[in-house]
Formats: sequence, structure tokens, C-alpha cells
Amino acid sequence: MTKNPKLHIPQPTARPGDPPDFSYIDLSEAGAIDRPPTDAAVRDIEYLATGLVRVLDDDHEAKGPWAPDLDPETLLKALEIMVLTRAYDDRMLRIQRQGKISFYIQALGEEAVSVGPGLAFEDGDMMFPAYRNQGLYILRNTGLVDMMCQCLSNTRDMCKGRQMPIFYHNREKNVFSISGNLTTQFPQAVGWAMGAAIKGDDHIAASWIGDGSTAEADFHHALTFAAVYNAPVVLNVTNNQWAISTFQGFAGGERQSFASRGPGYGMPGIRVDGNDLLATYAVSRWAAERARSGGGPTLIEFVTYRGGAHSTSDDPTRYRPKDEWKAFPLGDPIERLIGHLEQLGQWSRSQQESLEVKMKEKVSAAWKEAITFGTMTDPPFLDVELMFEDVFEETPQHLKEQRDKLLAMRGGRS
Amino acid sequence: MIQAIRSAHDVMMERDATVVALGQDIGYFGGVFRCTEGLQKKYGEHRVIDAPIAEGGIIGTAIGMGVNGLRPVAEIQFADYIYPGFDQIVSELSRLRYRSCGDFFAPVTIRTPCGGGIRGGQTHSQSPEGIFTHISGVKTVMVSNPYDAKGLLIAAIESNDPVVFFEPKRIYNGPFDGDPDKPSVSWASHPKGEVPEGYYTVPLGKAEIIEKGTDLTIVTYGTIVHVAQAAAKKAGVDAEIIDVRTLMPLDVETLRDSVNKTGRCLVAHEATRFCGYGAELVASVQKECFWHLEAPISRVTGWDTPYPHAFEWQYFPVQQRLVDGIRKVMEAG
Repeated sequence: MTKNPKLHIPQPTARPGDPPDFSYIDLSEAGAIDRPPTDAAVRDIEYLATGLVRVLDDDHEAKGPWAPDLDPETLLKALEIMVLTRAYDDRMLRIQRQGKISFYIQALGEEAVSVGPGLAFEDGDMMFPAYRNQGLYILRNTGLVDMMCQCLSNTRDMCKGRQMPIFYHNREKNVFSISGNLTTQFPQAVGWAMGAAIKGDDHIAASWIGDGSTAEADFHHALTFAAVYNAPVVLNVTNNQWAISTFQGFAGGERQSFASRGPGYGMPGIRVDGNDLLATYAVSRWAAERARSGGGPTLIEFVTYRGGAHSTSDDPTRYRPKDEWKAFPLGDPIERLIGHLEQLGQWSRSQQESLEVKMKEKVSAAWKEAITFGTMTDPPFLDVELMFEDVFEETPQHLKEQRDKLLAMRGGRS
Repeated sequence: MIQAIRSAHDVMMERDATVVALGQDIGYFGGVFRCTEGLQKKYGEHRVIDAPIAEGGIIGTAIGMGVNGLRPVAEIQFADYIYPGFDQIVSELSRLRYRSCGDFFAPVTIRTPCGGGIRGGQTHSQSPEGIFTHISGVKTVMVSNPYDAKGLLIAAIESNDPVVFFEPKRIYNGPFDGDPDKPSVSWASHPKGEVPEGYYTVPLGKAEIIEKGTDLTIVTYGTIVHVAQAAAKKAGVDAEIIDVRTLMPLDVETLRDSVNKTGRCLVAHEATRFCGYGAELVASVQKECFWHLEAPISRVTGWDTPYPHAFEWQYFPVQQRLVDGIRKVMEAG
């Protein structure tokens, strides 16, 4: 009897009402994965794509060859940025719920994916973030007031009211403009890195996308071009298990890790504990060194979990267990770093409490300042004619006419 | 025209170390239409870059290079193949300046051969310019002769705005008057076939009056410029023929002044008609010149079908169709 082929429809291990089940995530012991030299041949280091690079063990001790040489000051800085990111997210989420901004996206649970790698690059290196990498902007000293003003589309908005909340950019600090179209920044980062090599400077580029976005054609474009030209770029996939309601199996994560795509294109792929700040830093540092010394691109998969909703327009209780995050085997990146700093004797719970209070106060002070530049409902408002600027370097005649028409309709200039 | 395009690259790569070219087959081989021949040898593999067959990758990486201070000239081998890069053009290249308020921009020029008349069937003959003029934030050019091709390409490369630059492949080697039965002619005897060696520009955003006349205005661009010239002669009318050259932004002033003078207007292009670029031309002329018009504005275009291989000359707006169009406009009103 012949057997008809049947389609495999990927299913997550747990739906609402089910107990969380992360048995599908392959774990390695902290310190168990070898750290090869940065000039190792791809074919010799394919194990990095299937193992899980971890530094912090269950007792918060740094273990093994990937344990980075980070001084306590840097670790404390990383902690502060992560705590600040979470405090900022928490406040902005509540502000959105109050109707003062139209939309928001938190990074809850994946703060280390921005902050650890961010620390591994140099100031002149160009970052091409995704929309959940606000930690990178904060790490690179984008003022909270500026970020809030962007979300408010007010008179100090860096985007002059043209972008939804959270689509920041920071030219001065080399953090690119966020796009809502997924994965487009991946080949752009590769092109930027190719440009650096063409110009003969030693800057490199890094970019972030999510697990779901690896299904886009631009993922293939980026990896092909990066590998073909040996571009000095670090390509990051934040595997937070969920693309809105679509679990990572629908991007093809069930049968092979996302990191495994790397060796297929001829570049190292490294799967790393995305909630282990030390591991995220160490792996990024390795990839940055490899790129800067002419070794070419690396694909890194950060295994983490999206602790919150996709965005304020999403309700994850409709498609995944409510308490799934609590059961995630790699824990909470902030708690794990606190544990490590405590273990080093550099931090205490009371210090943590005062840090959290301080960061909340910082966010509150920033908000008070931000709203003096206006909100969506309260003046001052942006001049509406700004809508017609920057379409081209110089505003062409037809746009000037359209601007004047709008202004005339409104009874003169806004 | 091929030499003119090559020369534009050469002049700009010589003058400006940030100018790079990338595309399929453009380096070692010099391009399937030879537009970049010899450039890799002269400027090296880092500035004239052979690319994988991935239009989205070519345009995506060109944007990254542009953000990093280079001026990339990306060749898409046929306009018919530009669509895998469409998202990068529409969502990224065209809006980067806008969304970052000028903090980031990518001065990318995308060159691509377009149009039919070479037995290319439906996958090597398309004229998709109207899709690009509909995007806010890219300039769109279609050239009709070697002199303009060089000058406009240099202007495009120097522009800080992205430019999609269409090169009708039927006229790469000589003007084509719309009569497929006549033997091919070269650019040698055409007044615009002579191309100065060094640097010069033809400004973006300026149409050109190719022939002055009083009976009617023919607004066109690309290959059809030459067809219109022959058709006007055949129809025995004193036509004013305008080569739009830059489709976006459109030089409305030149169109307005001409049609206000002649009172009659025919719009012609090779691309399909429905929602085609000609619709915008008609609307613009109607808005500017309505009270001067002595007849309804008419259009001659490709039919609203894919470009058929076997019926190329039934599809293409050949001389006779232009002649009919001219007569219709002249006889009306």
C-alpha cells in the first residue's frame, strides 16, 4: 500500500492551559563548549552551532573557556543598562495603556541580547538593530528624553512625527534607524561592512533580527553576501521563541538551530545562552575580533524568551501558556547577572533595590521633561509642514504645492 | 549609448573614490550589455564588484554601502528582474532620509535596461517605470540618447537622493524609429550620439524639447521619442516633441508652456496603459492646460497585456500607432 505524503504542521509544545514545556530546547552545561581561536576554520567549529555556549552556571559562577575578562565595573554598568531598559519599558508600557502614546514594544526578558553584544563592539562600529533592541540605544547614550520624545511624536521627536513609537535612530552614536519591514537591515549591515572594507577602515557592523525574520529572503541575501565577500559583520538572531503568535518552528527552528544556517553559508554559527550576559558578551567579542582581523562574518543565535507581549497590540494569553516565561530554563537575564555579582561579592540585594529605585526615578524625571515638548494630545505640536520635508534632499515643486495646499486648508501656517 | 554609460562610470570613478559599481556579470565580464567593460581592470575588484544573482541582496548591500559614505551604482541586469529588490527600494532606500530626518540616507543609483524590441518576450521587455514613480522618495529617469545618458547618469551618481535609472535596451546601439522592417542604424549620425569625453551633467528634473512645433505637443520618453519624431514627419504635422527624461520629479513647466501654446497633446510610452506613467502626464497637462486645450489629450501605449514574444511589433507602439494617435488629436475638437 502506498503512503501519501502528509504535511508536517509545526506545533508548539504548549498552548494556553497546558503546562509550559521547554523540553525542545537543547541545553549544554555552563563551560562545556570549547572556545576555538578566532581564526578557526568554519568546518572545524560546526559544534558551536548546535551546542549552547553558557558561562554562568546555576550557582551564578562563571565557568569555562568562554568566561570573559570583564571587570566588575563593566558588569555593573551592564546591569545598570539592563535595569534601566526594563524600567523604561515598564513605564512606557503603562504610558501606552494610559493612551499617551499609540504603541509600544518591550524587551522584557531579552535585555542581555542588546547589552552584552553592545559592550563587545567599538564606538565606530555600526549597529543595525531590530525593534526590540532599545537596550542598544540606551547603552550608546541615546537620552531617555529623546527616546520618549520619539514615542510621543512631539516637538523634540528625532523623527519629526514620521515614525511609530520605538523606531529610533542615533546617527552620532552609530545606531541605525529601525525599520518596521523585517530583516531589511540584515543585508544593509552587510553592505555597510563591505563599505568599510572597501574604504579600508577597520570598523565592523552588527545587526539583529528575530527568529521569525530568518524566514525572509533578506536573511538569505545577507548571509550569502556576507559569506561570499567575507564581510566584517556580526549577524545576530534573537531566538525569543515567538514571532507574535507564531512559534519558532514555523521559521524552521524545529529541525536545526538557527545558528546552523551559518556553516551552511560558510560562516561560523554560534548558539548561545541569550540570558547570560557574560556569554552574550563573550561570543560577540569573539565574532567582533574575527571580523575585525579579516576572518569574516559570524551568525549568532541568542536563545532567549520574549517575556512580554509582542507589542501593546498583542495578547499572548491567546496562544501560549500564561506562566511560560517563569518556566523558561535560561531564567531572567537581570536576575542571573545580579546572582553573579553577588557571588563575586560585588553586589547585594539592597544595592539592587536602590539601583531599581534610582532607575525608576531617572525614567520619571525623563518623562516629566519629555512631555514639556508636547504629547499627541497636548501642545506644543509639531509643525505639519514637516511632513513634506526630507522626502528628497531638496523639496521638489509638487511637494511644495501640496504643502501650501494643506496649509491654506488649515488657514495658514500651523 | 553603451559607451556613454560606461564613460559616465569611468568619469565618476576617476573623480570620486567613493563611487563603486556592483551587479551581476558587471566586473570581469563587463556586463551582459558591456556597459561596465574594462572598469574592473581599471578600478579593481573592490570598486567594480561582481555580485551574486540576488537583486534584493544587491540593493540591500548598496544601501548599506551608501549609508557608510559610498556612492554605489547598482546594475540590475534587466528591469524585469528588479522585483526581488523591490522591498529594499520601496521600504528602505526611498524612505531612509525621511524616516531618519536626513540623519541617514543612501545615495544609490540603480541602473537597469528596460523595454522591448529585442525579442525578449515577457521577461526581458518590461517597462516598469510607473511602479517606481509611484514611490515617494526615489527619482526616476529614462534616457533616450547617449548624450543624455552620460550627463544624467553622472547627475544621478552625484545626487544624494536615490535614482532608478532606466536604459531602453532597444536603443543601446542606435536610435529606433519604430519601424522594425528598416535596417538598424547606429548613433554615429544622430546629433545626440556625440558624447563629450570628460565630465558634464544633464540636470535631473528637466525635460527637453526635442523638436519645436506648433500643431501639437507629443510628450514622451525613452525609445518612443524617436518613434514620435518619425511618426510626426509621416503624419505631416509640425509637432513639438518633449522628452520628459526625468519622470520623477516631473518638469511640469516645460509641458505646460508647450501645450498652452499648441493646444493639443498626445502622450506616448511603451509601458502598459492602465495606471501607467502616461496617466500622470495626462492629469498634469489637463490640470495646467485645460482652458487652452482644443482637443482631448490622447495616449498611445503598450497594450495592457504581458509583453508577448511572437507579437512584439503588434504590442510595441510602432510608428503607425503614433501616426494614428497624432491624427486623432489633430482631428478632434
